[in-house]
Amino acid sequence: MFQSLSSALEAISEKLEKRSAIKKADVDHEIEKIKTALLDADVAIQVVDSFAEKIKAGSIGQEVLRSVTPGQMIIKVVYDQLVELLGGEEKHELNFNAAPPVSIVLAGLQGSGKTTTAAKLANRITQLHKKKVLMASLDVYRPAAQQQLQQLGKKIDVNVLDPIFGEKPTAISSRAIKAGRIEGYDVVILDTAGRLHVDETLMTELQDVCHYVNPTETLLVVDSMTGQDAVNLASEFNDKIELSGIALTRVDGDARGGAALSMRAITGKPIKFLGVGESVGDLDTFDAKRVASSILGMGDIVGLVEKAETVVNQEEAEKTTKKLLKGQFTLDDMAKQLGQVKKMGNLEGLINMLPGAKKIKPKLLEANVNEQGIARQEAIIKSMTIAERRNPKILNGSRRRRIAKGSGTTVQDVNRLLKQYKQMLLMVKKAGKKGMKGLFDMTGMPPGELIPPRFN
Amino acid sequence: MAVEESYKKNNWFQQLKAGLDKSRTRVAGAITDTFSKRKLDQGALGELEAILIQGDLGVSMASKLSNFIGSMRFDTEVSDVEIRRILSEEIESILTPIARPIQLKPANCPHVILVCGVNGSGKTTTIGKLAFKWRTEGKAVALVAADTFRAAAVDQLEIWAERSGCSIISGKPGADPAGLVFNALEKTHADKTDILIVDTAGRLQNRKDLMDELEKIVRVIKKINPDAPHDTILVLDATIGQNTINQVEIFKEAVNISGLVLTKLDGSAKGGVVVALAEKFKLPVHAVGIGEGIEDLQPFHPRGFCQSLLGLDIGD
Ligand SMILES: Nc1nc2c(ncn2[C@@H]2O[C@H](COP(=O)(O)OP(=O)(O)O)[C@@H](O)[C@H]2O)c(=O)[nH]1
Ligand SMILES: Nc1nc2c(ncn2[C@@H]2O[C@H](COP(=O)(O)OP(=O)(O)O)[C@@H](O)[C@H]2O)c(=O)[nH]1
Ligand SMILES: [Mg+2]
Ligand SMILES: [Mg+2]
Repeated sequence: MFQSLSSALEAISEKLEKRSAIKKADVDHEIEKIKTALLDADVAIQVVDSFAEKIKAGSIGQEVLRSVTPGQMIIKVVYDQLVELLGGEEKHELNFNAAPPVSIVLAGLQGSGKTTTAAKLANRITQLHKKKVLMASLDVYRPAAQQQLQQLGKKIDVNVLDPIFGEKPTAISSRAIKAGRIEGYDVVILDTAGRLHVDETLMTELQDVCHYVNPTETLLVVDSMTGQDAVNLASEFNDKIELSGIALTRVDGDARGGAALSMRAITGKPIKFLGVGESVGDLDTFDAKRVASSILGMGDIVGLVEKAETVVNQEEAEKTTKKLLKGQFTLDDMAKQLGQVKKMGNLEGLINMLPGAKKIKPKLLEANVNEQGIARQEAIIKSMTIAERRNPKILNGSRRRRIAKGSGTTVQDVNRLLKQYKQMLLMVKKAGKKGMKGLFDMTGMPPGELIPPRFN
Repeated sequence: MAVEESYKKNNWFQQLKAGLDKSRTRVAGAITDTFSKRKLDQGALGELEAILIQGDLGVSMASKLSNFIGSMRFDTEVSDVEIRRILSEEIESILTPIARPIQLKPANCPHVILVCGVNGSGKTTTIGKLAFKWRTEGKAVALVAADTFRAAAVDQLEIWAERSGCSIISGKPGADPAGLVFNALEKTHADKTDILIVDTAGRLQNRKDLMDELEKIVRVIKKINPDAPHDTILVLDATIGQNTINQVEIFKEAVNISGLVLTKLDGSAKGGVVVALAEKFKLPVHAVGIGEGIEDLQPFHPRGFCQSLLGLDIGD
């Protein structure tokens, strides 16, 4: 077992040395995995296919950073592209650039969160933009829909147009705009009934409303959990009423939210808001990075690569390498390395980041490369005297027993640590200059630490 | 001798093939000589897989099914529609065992049905439709407005109670739903209600506190009747994608879901995730919602569902 583990690690370090640019084969290998990840996140298949082509074209030939594998590099490229596609750094606010009252129409499928979003927006506009808002419900179909908006309005202290029994949606909208104008409102929010994009009658009704109101903002409210149909509904709504943006709801759930990408790609319209709960305050502005990493579902890889690069002090690592190569690597240095690994936190995540993690992970865990294991090893070194750390050869049986007692471990644990230390020194001689650097960069510690003793 | 046998065999197959309708030739096809048959090419298989993914079956289910088709051999003249029909039949065979309406037991007095699900999935509307159906069958139905959280949720259920002609038990906004359910159960035990349907607030399955609240409702029901709830129904929105699988998993773990209702199938979403659900959880699908009207609830019909999924005209 130890044999295969160390050969796995050697293979990895070789790979790291050899690669320098992303090759077509790397992409072909990785792209299927990425496509599956996107489809599992509910990104529409049409969007996935064209996105994959873009990734293929864009990533071949890209330089691979020293400390990551081509596969990880491709994931990073995909992530960056996703962020870009979703709108990058751009921030979207509501457009108030029109003669008051500025009108906002909220539309979407049944139950997507329109009424709740109407109240959230009203709350935001009154609190943040200090504007006077009127809300009106055009939902004459869903039982108690108008009461719902009225109750929400009361809660946030925003006026809601009094419903008149039997009034048609277009009539309500014209009454709302008139009231807005006469009573000096800055903004009128029109909450519409849920409708299927395939329902011609109701889509025509919505067109009529928009035609009359000529809204400044026409927002499509969509559940972030929406599946493959997101492309159809977004393009239909956009065709019929020319959207100005999208509000995604239930982002507080655990869905990966691929619908966001589908809709953005199909309509080109920005996602402006994220609904993150049921309360009126639960509205965030859009954040492309957050949504991209949720969709990709590999955010931990991207994050860990970035983290590893910042936490591992390059200079320190190089100093250690030099010491190692000269055979001056002491137990103190080893403790330092352990500390660095611990600083990176989430060791399991780190292991997952290692190339070929699936194969070697169980072995690493077995070999005590985990949080407790490292803490134990640190404790052992701390229980040694300075002289012992400099010259482990003086560690006889009674010293070892003392150290074990002092660190709350067993003599076997102490022996194991010393073997690992010895192993590290041997590895250096064997490997020479080849293959060492990559492992340093990746884990912040010498490879010997990852390799349990295979001789005794 | 051997030659003659094989000739006979082939001849027998020829006759058999001629005598069978087209959909059954595939059974013969799988065992006759492979030379006159071909496998589908990768392009055709890819298209099938894409149709399935577009229907929200998910990658693993879609590739499993397309691999299945990919392993089959077809007559060279087999049409695209025929292949889709074969696939449709295959999916139908997965779904048929789970198409099962709610079974009311008259001995349960009342038969308690707890309805739960994520926000906006169609719980309240489905309850209105179910209540109406059972009312027209002459049952005494009572509803409990245990969504005390969402604005006007009680008003909404009240309208459905009125439309369907059943009684409603409700409390104040913000009241403890478990307490309300407790009172409702005590009341309906006494007054010979046949069916008691509990409407709950929408909750996302990753909200531990809200899932605990739901578990508490079940505990309270069991205090009064250890056999109840007799049905615990999860309402799923067909528009939702792969997250539906998480929903079923977590709700099932929390309150032991006994059956599903799939709503909003009147849209263009296909709801194909139920195929994956059928395989993974084997929970019955009791009914499907096909509109906002009181009669827009139908038994789950696997064949129609599969035909819509694969874009086949009914009767193809
Ligand atoms: N968790 C969560 N629930 C939401 C969010 N937005 C809306 N909801 C809930 O979704 C359900 C339907 O919302 P509603 O506004 O009535 O949808 P409408 O039919 O489109 O008007 C309600 O239970 C809301 O509380 C959100 O961002 N997060
Ligand atoms: N088109 C369509 N809309 C539905 C269906 N079932 C429910 N709805 C609508 O979906 C929205 C949310 O339904 P509701 O019952 O309030 O959901 P709840 O929050 O789960 O109780 C309402 O606008 C309903 O009219 C259905 O089968 N088809
Ligand atoms: Mg509404
Ligand atoms: Mg409800």
